[in-house]
Amino acid sequence: MGKGVRIEMELKMIFNFIFGRKQYRHHNSDALADLRVGERAIVQDLELDHPIAEHLMNLGFVPGLEVSVERSGPGGDPRVYRVEGTEVAIRRELSRHIHVSLVGAPAFGD
Amino acid sequence: MTCHTVARPQDENAASSFRTVAVVGPPNSGKTTLYNRLTGLRQKVGNFPGVTVEHHIGYVRNADGEEVALVDLPGIYSLNPKSEDERVAVDVLNGVMPGMARPDAVIVVLNANNLHTHLVLAGRVIALGLPTLVLLNMADELHKQNGGVDVLAMAHELKTPVALVSATTGQGLEAVTNFLSAATPAPEPLELPVVGSTRSVREWAVRVGENSSYRRPATPVWTKRLDDVFLHRFWGPLIFVVVVVAVFQMIFAAGKPLQDILQTFLDSTGTWVGQMLPDGLLRSLVINGVWKGVGSVVVFLPQILLLFLVIGILEDSGYLARAAVIADRTMSRVGLNGKSFIPLLSAYACAVPAIMATRTIESKRDRIATILIAPFMTCSARLPVYTMVIAAFIPSRALLGPFLSTRAAAMLGLYVLGFLMAILTAAILKSTVLKSKDAPFILEMPPYRWPTAASLALRLVDRGKAFLYRAGTVIMVVSLLLWAATNFPMHNGQPPAIQDSVVASLGHAIEPVIRPLGFDWKIGVGLVTSLAAREVIIATLGTLNGIDAEVHSFDLQRALQHELSLAGAVALLVFFAFAMQCMSTLAVVRRETNSWKWPAAQFAYMTIVAYVSAFAAYRIVEHFTR
Repeated sequence: MGKGVRIEMELKMIFNFIFGRKQYRHHNSDALADLRVGERAIVQDLELDHPIAEHLMNLGFVPGLEVSVERSGPGGDPRVYRVEGTEVAIRRELSRHIHVSLVGAPAFGD
Repeated sequence: MTCHTVARPQDENAASSFRTVAVVGPPNSGKTTLYNRLTGLRQKVGNFPGVTVEHHIGYVRNADGEEVALVDLPGIYSLNPKSEDERVAVDVLNGVMPGMARPDAVIVVLNANNLHTHLVLAGRVIALGLPTLVLLNMADELHKQNGGVDVLAMAHELKTPVALVSATTGQGLEAVTNFLSAATPAPEPLELPVVGSTRSVREWAVRVGENSSYRRPATPVWTKRLDDVFLHRFWGPLIFVVVVVAVFQMIFAAGKPLQDILQTFLDSTGTWVGQMLPDGLLRSLVINGVWKGVGSVVVFLPQILLLFLVIGILEDSGYLARAAVIADRTMSRVGLNGKSFIPLLSAYACAVPAIMATRTIESKRDRIATILIAPFMTCSARLPVYTMVIAAFIPSRALLGPFLSTRAAAMLGLYVLGFLMAILTAAILKSTVLKSKDAPFILEMPPYRWPTAASLALRLVDRGKAFLYRAGTVIMVVSLLLWAATNFPMHNGQPPAIQDSVVASLGHAIEPVIRPLGFDWKIGVGLVTSLAAREVIIATLGTLNGIDAEVHSFDLQRALQHELSLAGAVALLVFFAFAMQCMSTLAVVRRETNSWKWPAAQFAYMTIVAYVSAFAAYRIVEHFTR
């Protein structure tokens, strides 16, 4: 693990601590399911079987693109996300497997 | 990135127009609206062999006035052969779909508001090498929301004609008629990243967008505002319940009376036609065979059309997707998704329109699961049977003061019984044969739009025709068979009394099988004739006992009390709650799944469940009443 990544991780943990984010989010990337409504992030990778990942990518969940949490359905599940011009509703069980990094700490230049 | 050159095949007679042109596009690109606008009523529905995927073939005149066949393919995002819809599209475009020649050209319909995502499909289709026209649809919304695109630059990028159109306003559609007359010369070869991953094609799409100065429009303000209400924590579910009750009321309160009026009209015209024929077999064939058969098909039309009108409004306006989001949490508990809710709800009125309504469910497995459990919902045809048997066997007593009588409780119990069996069946299906690892709930949320009358009307005509032609023929054949079974063998040229007919022999034949349920051969006859429609058993039992069931229902109840013990009556109710006693439903399932496999399995499963449960109910009640 590179030094830069570690500093970034620590910064993020401090940020999370201050803003009350959950402690277990100490990975470089978070799950889409962990974002709060209104937050934006960059898609990192889809830890899903091929047909599902392919379908999500066709809808715009392509690594490198920005995704935002638009709103939460009543009861908190499913939630509506926005990628480019499209709004897509996804259940939590699925968005847990979509890894993202919060905007402000993108994995690669964008 | 892998780039390779795709040469456009040189047509030998490039001067002549295209004969068959395929139309493809992603879901929510407005493809169907555009297709309907181009072909109008001149289209017919078809199924490809061996798949549930449906296509339309319609005709349109090109700029030279020649007729061109337009083939509408299912909505697809990509050309990935792993999904059934996309495999069908790939097969058709490559000319390997049995029974369909390779199209001469393709029209790709994209949503101009979402080009970065939709151009991926255009890229893949263009790479197939057929002459291609790219239509950027919903131009009106693009301009209204301050979006824009340079079509000429994009045509230059894609090296194929591109046009900005609007299917709702008709703007720019002359591009289609011009393209169809092949006035455009075959363009030069083009370069596309065809072998790349989704990501590299996507990057290519963004570059094409940039080079043609594409400006994505802002999200319509109204969509955000409406979603604030319709997906609100408190108001969202409340509005959902109101909408659901309205839909239910519409089908029950408006559909049923319309159905009754239609039935009365058909009966009286039948009698009128009958009077013009000599008494005898011909008259009976015309009135009780053909006319009744036609009647049993068309009586479904009011409910089907009403339901599709409501669903059409919900779907075209964009609310259906929101309703699915709200219902999803509850439906996910039984392994289904939010889109199954409205079809299952309408199954309380009638399973036939409900099963047709499942086409709004994108996931194939969820759709089949919904189709298979829908007939367990207590439909309105079961009600006359329940009412009569309950009235005959269950004394009316207050159970919970004035709120619930014993009879109402029995009726409610039957509703609950059907519902529980539906849930149980769904759970079994979703954990076994229809385990859907490949189709979790992923739903694109379209912006809110005003539904147009033309698109709603076309949908009604389309669904009505599909039901009449494809399911109607099966219902007709079974009706005629049932008529023949009640009218043969003949004695001295006269049809027999029902006691001596083939139906009666069938009743006697199945008597040993149904004896353990407490049913005699007369009930057996009723079970056979009720295949036409569940409530027919009442008329049959009336005929067998020499009673006009409609006028003297009390006499029929008395007769039933002689025929059945209390245990047998309970068994009959349970049997009707679970059994697939409805050929129209079977015909529609066959039509919607495009195979006899599902309706056959469904019939077998429901009959076995009904038999076993009725047997259990009989033994339990008998045990306690002895």
